[in-house]
Amino acid sequence: MTASSRVQLFLNYLLIVLCSLIAIYPLIGVVLASLYPTGPGVAPSGFALPPTFQWENYATAWRDGEFAASFTTSLIVAVVMVPASVLLSVLGGYAFATMRFRGSKAIFYLFILGLIIPTEATIVPLFYDVRALGLIDTYWALIILETSGEMAFGIFWMRAAFLSAPPSLLEAARIDGARSWTTLWRIMVPFARPAILTLTVLTFADSWNEFFLALVFTINHMTAPAGLASFSGRFTTDVALVSAGAVIVAIPILIVFVVFQREFMRGMLTGAVKG
Amino acid sequence: MDPAPEVGSLARTTILGSRRKPKPERLPGEARRIGYLYVAPAFLLYAAFNLVPLGQGINVSFYDWDGVTPGTWVGARNYTEFFTDPAITSGYVHVLQLMVFYSFLPIAIGLFLAAVLSRIRIRGLTFFRMLLFLPLVITDVATAVAWIWMYDVDGPIATALRAMGLGALVPDQGWLGDFTTALPAVGVFGMWGQFGFCLILFLAGVMKIPASLYEAARVDGANAVREFFAVTLPGLRYELQVVLVLTVIGTLGTFDEIYVLTGGGPGTATTVPAYLVWRRAFQVGEIGSAAALGIILMLIVFAVTFVLNKVMERGGEA
Repeated sequence: MTASSRVQLFLNYLLIVLCSLIAIYPLIGVVLASLYPTGPGVAPSGFALPPTFQWENYATAWRDGEFAASFTTSLIVAVVMVPASVLLSVLGGYAFATMRFRGSKAIFYLFILGLIIPTEATIVPLFYDVRALGLIDTYWALIILETSGEMAFGIFWMRAAFLSAPPSLLEAARIDGARSWTTLWRIMVPFARPAILTLTVLTFADSWNEFFLALVFTINHMTAPAGLASFSGRFTTDVALVSAGAVIVAIPILIVFVVFQREFMRGMLTGAVKG
Repeated sequence: MDPAPEVGSLARTTILGSRRKPKPERLPGEARRIGYLYVAPAFLLYAAFNLVPLGQGINVSFYDWDGVTPGTWVGARNYTEFFTDPAITSGYVHVLQLMVFYSFLPIAIGLFLAAVLSRIRIRGLTFFRMLLFLPLVITDVATAVAWIWMYDVDGPIATALRAMGLGALVPDQGWLGDFTTALPAVGVFGMWGQFGFCLILFLAGVMKIPASLYEAARVDGANAVREFFAVTLPGLRYELQVVLVLTVIGTLGTFDEIYVLTGGGPGTATTVPAYLVWRRAFQVGEIGSAAALGIILMLIVFAVTFVLNKVMERGGEA
């Protein structure tokens, strides 16, 4: 390696490290702040380690922020909503990718339209619809609305995944006389497993992070982010406690992100440019 | 769909942005009426909770309604408000300003870095990529809480400035509480959330540009700047289009961070259209006006998506 390319390499690392530091500094800072003594006196300044590590802040935040309740909501909603929306997307995407039926193009474009209809355009009547159904402040309101909100992307994503299957796969199944249902589960779903996993992870992230719907439709059944927002609103002056709350809410998504990093990247990068 | 540029919505909007050459689309299978059965569950759910409310919303938007007593038909008044109501105008002015931070600056920074970083393989890129993605992946509300602390009068930014003898620069109420700095402060938060994603996307794009193009440019005696405009920028066209559409649409729907960071304040210094919809519908009880604002926001998103795609398409052919 020549001297100039070594300098070049060093500069590359310097830049990347610098950018990474900017990206994580506020996050590390909030973790440090969460371990400061609560109440007035020692303010977390962001550069120094806390004088003593107050791990009990996490227990206090968990209790005062009522995170047990909001975590339960987020978990129940995700456990029902993620499989449901992935299943419906697989079924729909399969039909759009492998079958021709009258109006299929038009229906598909209606779904695609959903990718850019903002929630704000439907939220007002939705509130009255959900109220008419008697579902205000229930898990079902979030489950149904989040699932329906994922349909546009899910259908789009699964159709693209199934379209990338080699035609020979389908033909072989047809020659065997397999019915469409069997072909889907025996051949197409195994083929599209990576895409399905990516969709599952992205859908979970969406569900866990859901804030707006929870804000509008729930009072006692808040999601974790909505619970955090309300906690942060009530305890504005207690930086350490609110910081602990933020860390608590961030941890599940952080774990999923670290474990399924490849799927996240695929969904957000290749998914972004493909089409 | 979602008001904030969160994970799924990112991937989700993208598709609209990409405009690759029309693929020779494989004939989508056999004619089979059973297709309706497969599509039906998804479509019914989607229609019932997206398309139908959209229709209802258009209807409601022509009424003056408080949500309780019967509404009165007011024609297009809720729409003409768009031009006469200073609260709405300022909401859109704010969102335009935020766009600089949420879209243009992260793209500029990402492009610059992607160009400056040479094409030497960086070891541990996966690890750095993970760190750079974190601001986007972690729940907005949690990162917003982190930034409330960052911007506090006793927070790290203020502490650092004071240590440098620049304490006079710290607003009395912190950056989020100050009328002139609150909006840019929200913007910087958004910029922090987006720049890593832009950088990584562009970096991946640069790696895909054939090395021969760079060699050819060098043989032609192109300097770094010329090389950037002749090779790198055209090579990143799709990525650029995608990120632009995504971040601009994302900005138009900004809600979560406004709610958590400033609540639209101080005063009305950081109100945005999505926040106005929520406030009017669920705090003030101006349902008709809120519905109209939502529809207008949608029309603007449609128009922006269309225009951006057209412009980028033309730019690509030039």
